[in-house]
Amino acid sequence: MNYSNPFVAMLFRDLRIAFRQRAEIMLPVIFFVVVVSLFPLAISPDPAVLKSIGPGVIWIAALLSILLSLQSLFRSDFNDGSMEQILLSPFPGSLLMLARIVAQWCVTGLPLIIISPLLGLLLHLETHVIFVLFISLLLGIPYLNMVGAIAVALTIGLRQAGALLSLLVLPLYVPVLIFGSNAVISAANDLPYTGQLLWLAALLVLASTLSPFVISSALRVSCSYR
Amino acid sequence: MSVKDKIWLWFHRMASPAYFYKLAGQVLPWTIVATTILMLIGLVGGLVFAPADYQQGDGFRIIYVHVPSAWMSMFVYMVMAVNSAIFLIWHIKLSDIVARSSAVIGASFTFLALVTGSIWGKPMWGTWWVWDARLTSELLLLFLYLGYIGLRSAIDDRRVAGKAGSILALVGAINIPIIHYSVVWWNTLHQSASVSKFDNPSIELNMLIPLLCMAIAFKLFYLCILLINSRSELLEQEKRSQWVKELVTSS
Repeated sequence: MNYSNPFVAMLFRDLRIAFRQRAEIMLPVIFFVVVVSLFPLAISPDPAVLKSIGPGVIWIAALLSILLSLQSLFRSDFNDGSMEQILLSPFPGSLLMLARIVAQWCVTGLPLIIISPLLGLLLHLETHVIFVLFISLLLGIPYLNMVGAIAVALTIGLRQAGALLSLLVLPLYVPVLIFGSNAVISAANDLPYTGQLLWLAALLVLASTLSPFVISSALRVSCSYR
Repeated sequence: MSVKDKIWLWFHRMASPAYFYKLAGQVLPWTIVATTILMLIGLVGGLVFAPADYQQGDGFRIIYVHVPSAWMSMFVYMVMAVNSAIFLIWHIKLSDIVARSSAVIGASFTFLALVTGSIWGKPMWGTWWVWDARLTSELLLLFLYLGYIGLRSAIDDRRVAGKAGSILALVGAINIPIIHYSVVWWNTLHQSASVSKFDNPSIELNMLIPLLCMAIAFKLFYLCILLINSRSELLEQEKRSQWVKELVTSS
């Protein structure tokens, strides 16, 4: 069986649906920018302070905007019954769900990564630090999408999904938050940062190989519920 | 009959609710007695006979509650994860009941470890809380427990709750080592080593024996609560089955 066709078909279907609702795509990015720009107002506009908190602020803001965008990940498919059809198709559910997450990453993760250098400039980070920030987000954000999708798949059928979703997801995000912001802080202090980036890459490999299977079985459980 | 067959036979018997209910009822009184005796030995040994620490004085005695509960917090999650895997693979309902009852107990142990650690930290380190690696990963473990309990209680259907919870417990079990080591690593980068409770080169024997007694007593205590919980959950879940009806009518 050829697996690349259904993957590509699913990917383009999801991208096409996403691009029909442009306003929704922009929301996580706008949220990201707004949250980051609140920190200088609340803490201090002093460049020295911003430099020291900058990496953590950008990472937390990115994490929260991914969390925000997760809620709509399987919602419409689940509500109109397409999810059952997708899971009943002869192709592996994990493959199709991987396509869904890649599409989700293109729509919500990639814009965050692209705009992050600009936010680095706002927080007075230096050029080589911004480069490390960019790489760390590039490696870390797909992990956030994949692990977050597991929690979404588990909570999709529930009424009070929002708060529960963040409780399930945030402890699992801790390693990436630590390695990501640490890589940037180390770069800012002229310390070696490749170790942290390699850790992020390792976590990404782990998540991308295991999470599609978990997501499809979690969705099967959620779909059996109603 | 080979040993392997015997083990499988035991496994299948344990999976039968009626058999487990009866066995748990027989084991329970002995476990309660053993727990009480060991806990008394541990508490008297620890609070009365163990010498005061040369540095921490009598304050160190909180170790007899703190360390066993910290050990239990990890152990219970392991039990939960193993039972979740058994439930997902072999669909043994009993494993799900064990996992479900363990979650609340494990969360309580984790909470107890955090609270006693905080009470111990105030006189020894001069602060209620430090962002020490051990403390932080214990806190995150508590969040994982709460997430599991929250997910299970949000789903009304028992079977679905079991499956969803099992998946979450396994994801958590894979993540616990990663979270733990990332936190350890984060901490070593951020601050110099704070006072560690295992700084002392070795622990004296008459301090250690009560500690081991307490550790075993805590394990047995967990077993007691688990048996009581599982028995009542079993009755509720199997209320329509023949053996429960017989049990109720005969008593």
